[in-house]
Amino acid sequence: MAKIIVITSGKGGVGKTTTAAAIGMGLALRGNRTVVIDFDVGLRNLDLIMGCERRVVYDFINVINGEAKLKQALIRDKRCEDLYILPASQTKEKEALTKEGVGTVIQELSEHFDYILCDSPAGIEHGAYMAMYYADDAVVVTNPEVSSVRDSDRMLGILASKSRRAENEQDPVREYLLLTRYNPQRVQNGEMLSVNDVQEILALDLLGVIPESEAVLNASNSGTPVILNQQSEAGQAYMDIVARYLGEEVPHRFLEVNKKGLLNRLFGG
Amino acid sequence: MATNPHAFDLKADSFSFPTLYLLSTDLDAVEALLEQRLEQAPDFFRNAPLVIDLSRLDTNHQMVEFPLLVGMLRGRGIIPIGLRGGTPEEQHSATLTELAILGEGARPKRTRSAPTAVEGAPPEATAAGEAESTPASSTVVVTRPVRSGQRVYAAGGDLVVLAPVSSGAELMADGHIHTYSALRGRVLAGVKGDRSARVFCSSLQAELVSIAGRYMLIDDYPPKMVGQSVHFYLERDHLYIQPLPA
Repeated sequence: MAKIIVITSGKGGVGKTTTAAAIGMGLALRGNRTVVIDFDVGLRNLDLIMGCERRVVYDFINVINGEAKLKQALIRDKRCEDLYILPASQTKEKEALTKEGVGTVIQELSEHFDYILCDSPAGIEHGAYMAMYYADDAVVVTNPEVSSVRDSDRMLGILASKSRRAENEQDPVREYLLLTRYNPQRVQNGEMLSVNDVQEILALDLLGVIPESEAVLNASNSGTPVILNQQSEAGQAYMDIVARYLGEEVPHRFLEVNKKGLLNRLFGG
Repeated sequence: MATNPHAFDLKADSFSFPTLYLLSTDLDAVEALLEQRLEQAPDFFRNAPLVIDLSRLDTNHQMVEFPLLVGMLRGRGIIPIGLRGGTPEEQHSATLTELAILGEGARPKRTRSAPTAVEGAPPEATAAGEAESTPASSTVVVTRPVRSGQRVYAAGGDLVVLAPVSSGAELMADGHIHTYSALRGRVLAGVKGDRSARVFCSSLQAELVSIAGRYMLIDDYPPKMVGQSVHFYLERDHLYIQPLPA
């Protein structure tokens, strides 16, 4: 049985799709058969971040409506053969995502994959409900900023009461906190919430912290998941996160301000 | 002209009325059954006051058509006097047909949307029309965090929360509320008017604390109380806050 993971946040623009692409790629690089589903019907983005936008023929909604087979809609990543994506529809109504339809597709996928990542749209409307409904685990992507923290909290409440696991009174969805766009310098200046502040408010296990990095924007624009850029701190942090998710003990990095050495300072490193 | 203070006395009295628990919104079916019952006991229903209760209908039932229902009853010599339960729309519609909206009485209402699956089993219905008295039998204990947007209601009893309550979450109880972790949300004790209800918390950061309708906002607390173990109580209609003994 595949593990179903939802990447969610409530708030938009915090890095859900970047995270879904990075974690999906990371899991696949470690030899897990992984599929990432874009639930953002009408605002399709995952294909861009993954760099496969020119290869989209059929989409998730086509499969739900029986207009295409799952095999026809799945796009295999060119860089990693264990990674597939199921793109969202850019033209259909989001109501086309029915609970039964999504369930059938996820059921079929779970026969062939180890991990199913559901990239949730922002907000707490239909698409977000559908993305989290079948989840076993949830990665809650949060920026160190009060409105993002509150929206994450709201999302956690929904996970605790509206998911399939909650409705069937099974073990609750396992929730992980992922802090993105973290800037230790601004935390030190008191301009940004610290890891501890956020953890205190959300009372959640910390999966990892992604430092704010230009590499993320560059990666998005070039359609390469940032995890493939192991020169960048963000790429390394995502690699740590995948290891941590798989149960390895990896210390948290990039939480402190880099102390520049004398040489670095002299030569502007 | 001077008013005569003895012209009348105003007092609260208890009556018991026959209550029609509506089980279906199909008024044709209701009418058919009503006809049958009237044949069996015509005298019992003649000029009899009657309360309509909607609490046993499904939560997402079709809206009851009060003009039809009330007309049906009045046409048969029954005097419908009031409505218990129902949605705000239904209550509005009922008032237009000159029904009074009755409180839930002594019968603890079933919570509709308690987000966490923690809900005291509501005791069986007792006679209607008694004064507001909450049988303090069911205490609700919550052990998971109460998140922004969630609401936990302890009907007819106390509420104990052992996990953090986030800003934007809401705790409500007919009785007392106790919290043993960070409290950042809103707490409303004695929501049915029990003025002896209290709020106890181990770390006060609540956005709002209310007892029987009297409330305090976070900016109203003395700053030195914030983050402390305190309790709130009502005395002569004033809401007081006091540190808990160490």
